[in-house]
This record gives sequence, C-alpha cells and structure tokens, in this order.
Amino acid sequence: MERPFRSGSVTRLHQDRSLLRHAPLVMLGAMFIPVMAGLAGTFLPAIGYFPALGGDSLSPGPILDLVRWPGFFKAGALSITTGVGVTLLSLAIVILFTAAWQGTRLFSAAERLLSPLLSVPHAAAAFGVAFLLAPSGWLARVMSPWATGWTTPPDVLIPQDPWGLTMMAGLVAKEVPFLLLMTIAALGQTESIKSRTIAQSLGYGRTWAWMTVVLPRVYEQIRLPVYAVLAYAMSVVDVAIILGPNAPGTLSAQVVSWMSDADLALRYRASAGALAQLGLVGGTLILWRLMELSVGCAARRWAYLGRRMQRDRVLRHAALLGAAAPILAVLIGLASLLVWSFAGFWSYPDVLPLSFTWTTWLRHASDLRDPIMETVRIGAMAVGISLALTIITLEAEQRFNLKLTTRRLGLLYAPLLVPQVAFLVGLQTLALESGLDAGTAAVTVAHIVFVLPYVFLSIAGPYRAWDARYATISAAMGAGTQRTLWKIRLPMLLGPLLVAAAIGFAVSVGQYLPTLLVGAGRVQTLTTEAVALASGGDRRVIGVFALTQTLAAAVPFMAAIALPRFFWRNRRALQHR
Amino acid sequence: MNQPDDTRNGLTVEHLCIRLGGEVLVDLDAHIAPGHILTIMGPSGSGKSTLLSVIIGTTAPAFDVSGRILLDGTDISRLPPQKRRVGILFQDDMLFPHLSIGANLAFGLPPGIRNRAQRRARVVEALADIGLEGFEDRDPATLSGGQRARVALMRMLLAEPRALLLDEPFSGLDAALRDHIRELVFTLARERQLPVLLVTHDEADARAAKGERVDLATPG
Repeated sequence: MERPFRSGSVTRLHQDRSLLRHAPLVMLGAMFIPVMAGLAGTFLPAIGYFPALGGDSLSPGPILDLVRWPGFFKAGALSITTGVGVTLLSLAIVILFTAAWQGTRLFSAAERLLSPLLSVPHAAAAFGVAFLLAPSGWLARVMSPWATGWTTPPDVLIPQDPWGLTMMAGLVAKEVPFLLLMTIAALGQTESIKSRTIAQSLGYGRTWAWMTVVLPRVYEQIRLPVYAVLAYAMSVVDVAIILGPNAPGTLSAQVVSWMSDADLALRYRASAGALAQLGLVGGTLILWRLMELSVGCAARRWAYLGRRMQRDRVLRHAALLGAAAPILAVLIGLASLLVWSFAGFWSYPDVLPLSFTWTTWLRHASDLRDPIMETVRIGAMAVGISLALTIITLEAEQRFNLKLTTRRLGLLYAPLLVPQVAFLVGLQTLALESGLDAGTAAVTVAHIVFVLPYVFLSIAGPYRAWDARYATISAAMGAGTQRTLWKIRLPMLLGPLLVAAAIGFAVSVGQYLPTLLVGAGRVQTLTTEAVALASGGDRRVIGVFALTQTLAAAVPFMAAIALPRFFWRNRRALQHR
Repeated sequence: MNQPDDTRNGLTVEHLCIRLGGEVLVDLDAHIAPGHILTIMGPSGSGKSTLLSVIIGTTAPAFDVSGRILLDGTDISRLPPQKRRVGILFQDDMLFPHLSIGANLAFGLPPGIRNRAQRRARVVEALADIGLEGFEDRDPATLSGGQRARVALMRMLLAEPRALLLDEPFSGLDAALRDHIRELVFTLARERQLPVLLVTHDEADARAAKGERVDLATPG
C-alpha cells in the first residue's frame, strides 16, 4: 500500500535507518544469490533434471556419462596437479621472498610493481608467457642459433604441453603478485620486523627467523586468499585454453566446450562435469587444510630443536630468483605482445622483426571498437554498483556499530572459493529454462560476484581507518550525516576510492568465463575476443587484442593514481597515501 | 539537594550516569552558566571522552546512559549531534585536509547566510579576528600548529554553538603556544557567553580556567 510522502517527519528518518541497517545483507545477497542459484542450476541437470531438454526425472545418467568419457580421470588429475602445483609454488616463492627480503629496498621496489602487475588480465599474461616460452618465442630466439643450433623452431609442444607445465608457469606468474600483496597487507597487522629482529638477535638466520616467528601469524591471515588461488588454479579456463593441454583439455575447459556444443544433450554431461569440478575443488581444499595442519605440526617440532639455520645465503638468492622470474615473465611477455602487434616481416631466429608497422592495429581498429564499448559498459556498471553497495555497507556498519566479524569476512571470500564453472554453467541453464535473454545486464550481475569482494576488501581498510572525529566535528557544526559523507568523508577518501574502483574494473575486464557462459557467447568483450583468437595462432592479432585488454585494465589504474594528485595538488596532507 | 531549574540558561548535566558492563564509569550532576568554565580532571581511562561523547551525541551503544543533558533549558539528550548546537574542539585541530582554510571556515558558517559574498565577507572577517588575514586559499597542511588551532577554534565558533566542549585541546601544542591559545579560547568563549566544559589532565589548564572543578576517579 502506498503512503503519502511526508517530508521531514520522524518516521521517514526511522524507515531510512532501518533500510540502511540491512545494507550488509543486501551486499552479501548480491554475491551469494547468483552463486547459490547457479549451483542449483548446475546440480539439477547433473542428476538428470532439465525440463527444457525434456529431462524431468532424476537419473544417474549424466554422471555415468561423464565418468565414461575417456578423458575424465586424466582431466581430473590435471586439475589437481595444476591447482596444487601452482599454489605450492606461488606460496613457496612468496614466503621465501618475504622471509628473506622484507625490510630491504629491493622488497619495497617489488612492492611498487605489484599493483600494475595485478591489473594485467590473466589472458594477456598467459599470451605473454606463451610468446616467451614457445619454440618460436623470444627465449628461443635469444638463444638461437648460437646456443641451441636451431634455425627453425623445434617441434616441441610448448605451450599446451600434456602435463600442463606451461599453464602452471603462466598461473604462477599471476598468482605470485596476488599472494605477495595479500602477505604485505597481513604484515601490516603483525609486528613482523620487530619479531624477526628479536629472533635474529637470538642467533637465528634471517629467513628461518621470519618463518618461525612471523609466518604462523601471517599465514592465518592469508589462508583464504591461498584457498582462492587453489580453487582458481584448479578450474581456470581462459589460461587453460591459451597455455593448457588440448586433447584432453582440463576438466573446466572441457565443460565449457560441451556447453558451447551445438548438441544440447551434452549439457547434461557439462553439468555433471561442473559438479565434479566443484567436488574436486572441495576435496582438494580439505586435503590442503590437512596438509597445513601436519606441516604446522612438523614445523613446530623442528623449531623446538632450536636449530639456528644461519647459513641461508643460497636460499635467499634462490628466493630472489623465484620472485623475479614471474615478474619478469609478465613484463617481458607484455613487451613481446607489443613487438608482435607492430611486427612486419619477422624471420626465425631473429630477435626482432625486420620492420615495424601500424598495419595490424589499423586493420583491426574497427573490430576493437564494439568489444571495448562492451567491456567498459559492463565494467563501469559492475564497479558502480559494487562501490555503492560497499560504501552503503560501510556507512551502515559505522552508524549502527555493526561489526563485520572475521567470519563474515570469510563470507566475502566464499564466491572466490567456488570454482567459477560450477555455478556459471548453472546460471546459463537457468537462463535457458526461464527463457530470459542473457545479455549485458546478466553478465554484469555475474561480474559483480567477483568485483564486489575486491572492491570491498580494497576500500574497507582506509574507510574504517578514517578518523571519526572529523564526523563529530562536522556534526557539532550542524552538518547532517549526508553532508558529512559527501563533503568530508568521500572527498578525503578519494584516492582509496579510485584505487578500489580501478581494481574492480581490472577484475571485470579480466573475467572470461562469466562473460562467455552467462552471456551465452553473445556478449563480446575484449577478453572473450582475445581468448577466441588463441586457436588461430595469428600472433600479430593476438598482440593487438591482448594489449588492448591490458590497457583497458591498466588505464583506470593510472587514472586512479594521477587524479588525486591532480585534484589535491595543493593539499599536502592528501598527497602521500 | 538543589532542584534542577529547567529554565536556567547554560549547559546542565542532570543526574548523568554512564555505565559500561554494569560498572559505573561517570556519575555527574552539574550546571555550567553562560560564560563559565567547568573543568573535568581525570587520568586516561576515567571516562572523560565518553562523557563528552554523551553530551555531543555520539556515544557508542555499548554504554548504558541515564540522566539528561539540558541546553538553555531544553532537553537535547535525544537529539542527533547535528541538532544539538554543542561545539567541540579536540587535541588535534581536525581541519579538513581537502578544503582550503577559507572553505574550512565556510563549512562552519550557518546555511542561513545564503549570499556567497556575505559568506565570503564573514570568512575574511573571521580570519582577521584571529590574525590570519589573507589565509583564505591556503592549504591547511602549510599552517603552523598555532595557526591551525586558531582556525579550528574560529571554525567551530562560526557555527554559532550554544555550548563548547574542549577535549584536551591544548595538550598538542608546545608550552609557549599553549598559554596563548588557551587564553584566546577562554576569551572568545566568554565574549560569546558560552558555557564551556573543559576536559584535561593538565593542572595549568584547570588553574587558567578559574572555574569549578570536578575530579573523576581512577577506574577500578
């Protein structure tokens, strides 16, 4: 029933407040409803229920069909080895590098490289790694013919080796910066350098000192990001298409190809595969947890012996190499995309093309326009909605003293622990069942599931750290909560807000699977277009699309850094974040 | 026992009792007449800041508060902070770092003065009053501690509060400046006939205030 609107009445104020009070629930709903609905939409067809295709009774058929598919066990095993391998290797690099180098100038330099590296989309980084490691790639060219003797590219299956090693390399290159950033954020909450110094003064070697006294506290805080890496690496699709083995592909990649098959009956098998992927990730996460416990136990017993481990020079340098390799791989990979996109004639094994030309860029400029528009449209909407939900939630949290507890923070990570394919397949099925047109709006909803956690995690710290006495002063001068929010709090947090928006936009730009599956292949962004080029193998065109994709993610980042500097050029207190 | 007279001018703290988890933190019954200063002394942790948050209206829900706050005879206990017309100064100046000095002052000016030129004139005049002529467009970060303290005071006074709370506002300043700023705050508050509640742990502040004085007990 509609009521007449009474301005200025007390009841209106209270209604506003009770609505705002539920903001955290709305935010969690925006993340969880699509995931839950999607999981249901995957589960039902996997057990035979798919009315749109005539499946109206439950049967084990789809699951049996999946198990009988000849590549099933190999694909499942590949998912586990890739996920565990990538997570172990990335984590080892990050831990050793931080243990050995935290507090040095080199470490701060690496820290500054992190944000730009993180904004590089997975697909672009994977193409870069492919261009670097392929037999006709830069690494081989630099070494040939003087070291290798090759005058034609050797016939080696790299990338797409059957063991998934190139794919793992590509993933490690992207996950190391992510975990390193999470580790640095966690270090801020521990007295890491002091603790390490005390252990060192007791005679412990630098690296071991950090690992015994700091790591246990840090790992506690980066556990969820580590799980997110594990779940992601086990089920990633775009990197798998670019760098992973082909016949058979990884389980998730195979599910996606069944989903796009003209034979609709294959969707039963695809749903069963997505469900299997969910089970695999769940099982591996449990195993990982058990491994954490036993490694922790063993490490405590070892530490009790009091070995000082003073000689860690070799380890320290190995750690440095381990951290430098992924960073360099991404940077040089991007450079090789750039060179290919401008390359004229380029013979093997020349390190550089004979000539540079704009031809490829000019020829594809018109193909780029629509995907750019679509990418920006989806990204801007997803970021705008995520930012609004985040700010409303944080305001409600402060005004009503609702504390998002650590457990709720775990909820923020939950969508990142569910393999994308497991619920995105279901979302497409639901769209098919309900007859809704899966367009840009639906894709945006799916993007928000992934954009929102990053936006929230990025802005929550600075937002909560803002000195509430500014609000008290403002209110004491008669300013209402809205005026304080818009005139004082948000402008003061302009820098962190723009960075959060840029991170969210980069996350959206990089999304492949949500765009492909929820958009039913009809929503074309820079990422879907770039990945679609992988099988064609025209490196010049790939260079153009992958670079444009990288720029789409990186330009907002540069703006987020430049704009506050411009706006606050005469405000010294706001210039150094 | 003196019967509270609801028609008195000034700030009245009536049978105020603040509890945290059942334990009494502050128990105060006081009246501050216009132009007078009440000094509350007490070590840290004695609930001084909580007392101020109750008067200003920003108490955290964990505290259990009974009693009333009256301003010029009106009960303001249930009003939101922005409707109470109680000003406050903290130890830090809390100048808004993104606004110029002039814009900081203008933020305090009541919205009733609508004319842009008039507002500007008031800002210029206010700056002259505190000896900072021509500072309108300056970045707060470029001012000295004493200058910032003066701007913070003037900004709050421009909002025309009817009472002023001081949360150890002088302890961040060095000794020479402290006396000067303290004198300025007290003088301007008296000129405007504001009841002032000063919270401090500095004996010199209490002596300079020359008013009534209440000591809060050490907790536990």
